[in-house]
Amino acid sequence: MRFRRPGAAPADADVADPGRGIELRGVGHRYGDRVVLAGIDLRLTEPRIGVIGANGSGKSTFARLLNGLVVPTGGQVIVDGLDTRTQVRAVRRRVGFVFQDPDAQIVHPTVAEDVGYGLENQGVPPDERAARVAEVLARYGLAGHADHPAHLLSGGQKQLLAIAGVLVMRPARVVFDEPTTLLDLVNARRVAELIAGLEQQVVVVTHQLDLLDGFDRVLVVDGGRVVEDAPPGPAVAAYRTLMAGR
Amino acid sequence: MTLALYVPRASVVHRLPAGVKLLALAALAVLLFARPTLTVAGAALLGTMAVGLGVARLPVAVLARQALAVRWWLAALFVVHALTTDVPTGTHTVLRLLTLVLAAAVVTATTRVTEMTAVVQRICGPLRLVGVRPERVGLAITMALRFIPVLIERADRIRAAQAARGGSPRGVRALRTTVAPLLVQVLQMAHDVSEALDARGADDVPVRRSRRV
Repeated sequence: MRFRRPGAAPADADVADPGRGIELRGVGHRYGDRVVLAGIDLRLTEPRIGVIGANGSGKSTFARLLNGLVVPTGGQVIVDGLDTRTQVRAVRRRVGFVFQDPDAQIVHPTVAEDVGYGLENQGVPPDERAARVAEVLARYGLAGHADHPAHLLSGGQKQLLAIAGVLVMRPARVVFDEPTTLLDLVNARRVAELIAGLEQQVVVVTHQLDLLDGFDRVLVVDGGRVVEDAPPGPAVAAYRTLMAGR
Repeated sequence: MTLALYVPRASVVHRLPAGVKLLALAALAVLLFARPTLTVAGAALLGTMAVGLGVARLPVAVLARQALAVRWWLAALFVVHALTTDVPTGTHTVLRLLTLVLAAAVVTATTRVTEMTAVVQRICGPLRLVGVRPERVGLAITMALRFIPVLIERADRIRAAQAARGGSPRGVRALRTTVAPLLVQVLQMAHDVSEALDARGADDVPVRRSRRV
């Protein structure tokens, strides 16, 4: 049994090397006999990275590799020098994850309580927790909803709440898995603007191609492999050509 | 459906620790049963309403909703007592139960779910000795409250989808045709929620609540 000083970061977080970015070395993943990803060698250091591909191409599994929600059956995923297989808690502290369906991500009955959930898990003291929750709610236009029941929010507000619940933990990188799929145009635009304004590195899996405007790099995933790795223009063109042939 | 039980206000009652409010509620229950007189029950009812409406500044509707929810039980209780004992006993019993229902409503409306579950976690603290993690008990209670309306919404969606294609099953068939797809959705959602909990550090051992790593 080990003891931690209150407020201290876990020991394995101390060895993080932010300059290294996210490295995937010979990564493959299979569910039983079904190969979902294969032969992926990448280093992700750019601030804005998009991932596109058809349904079932392996995009979501790829996204889940990046914060250790899925540990690859082959190869290694190294985040800031931390291996997702052996240092998963430290990795998850560094990489936030926003899911497609906010209803599955909101776990507390009221808005402020839900935003504070991740901080509570990190052992952040109550006063600091309250201040950080208030600051994030104000930043994302939810300050007036702090004590509102989460299930009464609109779809757009729920997605903002889900994002706020991740950003309040101050991750160094954030992965978004189809964050605008369930939203109308106005809310999708709000989320796109929010993502564009983040100071963290972001990796966005999406079917909404205009969300990738201004991104540094776009990966096209098909059949479990990265078949194109280029800036948005050429990558989206390659994706359209790929899909047109089906 | 709404489970919006907490009513935010800046009152002394709201600021009181959840444990104190729950102890006061327990003390009130003991008093009402240890001193079974009409005067005590009446005074307790007036006192509860004064605290709820006056000090905590809760809307009348919050307390009225709780009273209306139990009106038929209270009415039945009164009738049974009136027939088997006498009217004053029936009145006293009804007043006593109504007071407790309203007092519980005041506690619920002035206490956040997380404050309430923190008390549950403290009470469950000794269970650590037998391997129970109290924070998991608290999280389970919180999540049950959070997901009840979500599941009702999902069930409504399934019924609407069936109705849109001409289905309007009733009785046991309705149960089967709604429950089976709902169960599939619930299992899928449980998987998604577990991923979300992992992503937000549910497996991190909170330092404040436990030093065991």
